[in-house]
Amino acid sequence: MPPLRVIIAEDAVLLREGMAGLLERFGHQVVAMVGDAPGLLAAVDHHGADIVITDVRMPPGYADEGLRAAIALRRARPGLAVLVVSQYVEQTYAAELLDHGSGAKVGYLLKDRIGDVRDFASAVARVAAGGTVVDPEVVRQLIRRRRDPLARLTPREREVLGLMAEGRSNAAIARELVVTEAAVSKHIAGIFLKLDLPPAEDDHRRVRAVLAYLRG
Amino acid sequence: MPADPGPVNVGCVPARSALEAVTQSPRRFLRSSWPWRSFAYLLGSGVLAVPALGLYLLAHQVGGAAAYLALLAGAAVLALPLGMFEHARLRLIDRDLARRPAVVRARQPHAGWPPRLREPATWRTAALAGLLFATWWMDIGVLSAAVWTPLLLMSAPFQPGTDALTGLPLAFAGLVLLPLAAYPVTAWAGARATIVRAILAPREAEIIRSRARLVDAFEVERRRIERDLHDGAQQRLVSLTMNLGLALLDLPPRSAAAGQVRAAHEEAKMALAELRELIRGVHPQVLTDRGLPAAVAEAADRSPVPVTVDVALPGRLPEAVEIAAYYVVCESLANVAKHSGAARCSVLGHHRAETLVLEVRDDGRGGADPASGSGLAGLADRVAVVEGVMTLSSPPGGPTSVRVEIPCDVRA
Repeated sequence: MPPLRVIIAEDAVLLREGMAGLLERFGHQVVAMVGDAPGLLAAVDHHGADIVITDVRMPPGYADEGLRAAIALRRARPGLAVLVVSQYVEQTYAAELLDHGSGAKVGYLLKDRIGDVRDFASAVARVAAGGTVVDPEVVRQLIRRRRDPLARLTPREREVLGLMAEGRSNAAIARELVVTEAAVSKHIAGIFLKLDLPPAEDDHRRVRAVLAYLRG
Repeated sequence: MPADPGPVNVGCVPARSALEAVTQSPRRFLRSSWPWRSFAYLLGSGVLAVPALGLYLLAHQVGGAAAYLALLAGAAVLALPLGMFEHARLRLIDRDLARRPAVVRARQPHAGWPPRLREPATWRTAALAGLLFATWWMDIGVLSAAVWTPLLLMSAPFQPGTDALTGLPLAFAGLVLLPLAAYPVTAWAGARATIVRAILAPREAEIIRSRARLVDAFEVERRRIERDLHDGAQQRLVSLTMNLGLALLDLPPRSAAAGQVRAAHEEAKMALAELRELIRGVHPQVLTDRGLPAAVAEAADRSPVPVTVDVALPGRLPEAVEIAAYYVVCESLANVAKHSGAARCSVLGHHRAETLVLEVRDDGRGGADPASGSGLAGLADRVAVVEGVMTLSSPPGGPTSVRVEIPCDVRA
């Protein structure tokens, strides 16, 4: 995998430095580190990047400046991958982020996941490569809310959809669930069918299936 | 260390009445809206005095006992409307005025039309009219002494027969005195408000006042704690799990050290998850960021009983109202899960006629009792301090409905 040019926006210095060290260890290049939302927008303008990793709550207002900046970036630069790392399980934030733009090249992860360094690095790579990554905890919340469309899915299909929302490939899902890839494909076809997703290019339908859940 | 957290955006407890405002630092007091509101409050007496004096002069012109009797009768008829006016204008300078205690099961009776003579509220309102008749001239006196005197001084240079040598210092003195007028005006308005409040509800008002102050202080403190946990412990724990994760990369996977570090890593992740729950319980940030509908939907997601949410509001509500309403929903949903045995539950909310109406309904077994320590009484208190009313309907056999109505405007 080619090294990614990364910009990190996080106001806690310790964590920011740690994340930079982590990403560099996996061969990526951190081109800028900033501590607030205006700084993030300026850094993207100045340096350009393959992926932006941003916190939600940042100065000056300590509300959701980081999320707003991420949404603005997704609007202004569809080619830029954006990964939001957050302390909030509340799906409201994730849904807002995913609602803007195509649903590709975007991710919402709890900060807890940074600790699983390998998984975190691979999530960064997946988002940069065009994937959608949503934190499993957030997906669990969503699945609890979406009782009605979900009622039509089997438990296994629900599980597969959860893993799809995390941005896993069919092969990765098969490994995780210890089933064959053909079985995964069958489940995914079932999901597409039950969610009334019209036939289209497969990747597109995948994203649509995930978004259908996130948007409700 | 986390980056400089900057100022905490929670503000301090605001003054709740004119008399409290006078005791604040002059800078804060003079920049606040209290002097202006006190001025408007007292001006109300002036507005009333003009037609009243007119009527009095008219009766005097006509002469005879009949005219005076007609005047008295008019005053008696007008007593209730005037009392209500007196009551209503108190809102200008007393934030606690309408903070009625929340009523569980029944609405508080109030003075209305036609007058109910057995209702104490009717007589209290009439007494307010008496106060107005007795003190209007003082209101106007204070206003003119405090405001008119400096204005008169300031106009000295323009008065005929005044030379610049005496006129200018006088005008300067007037200019200095004008801001000082805020003090007598606000103090008198505050004193007057105290009398009105004593007539309205001698003891109750004081209790609710102190309760409201406590709730405010609690909320400020909770926000601070949430902020400290978020910026401090939570960030440190994230860093810790990250460093442990990195250490795991360097250790031979099957070594004893790797086992220890892996266990520590898991512990740290669990601590992080617990801390996240704790922080949300202290203060839900989504409520501050996105308002009541989003926060209610998230609370419903966490409920073990399926919840249908239909909360549509035209905009954000005052913060205190959002927080009170949010606690009502959370506590009610917790009660539904714990006690009701319900299979379904719904949360409905809308804002109409300047009132937030929120209702949590379930199809459970009913029989909820506010006296049984189920948190319902505490909820009623929370609703009371934002001037709201809470109604509980829970016949044995169900269904149970908790309904709150909180008067409030939509924030711009």
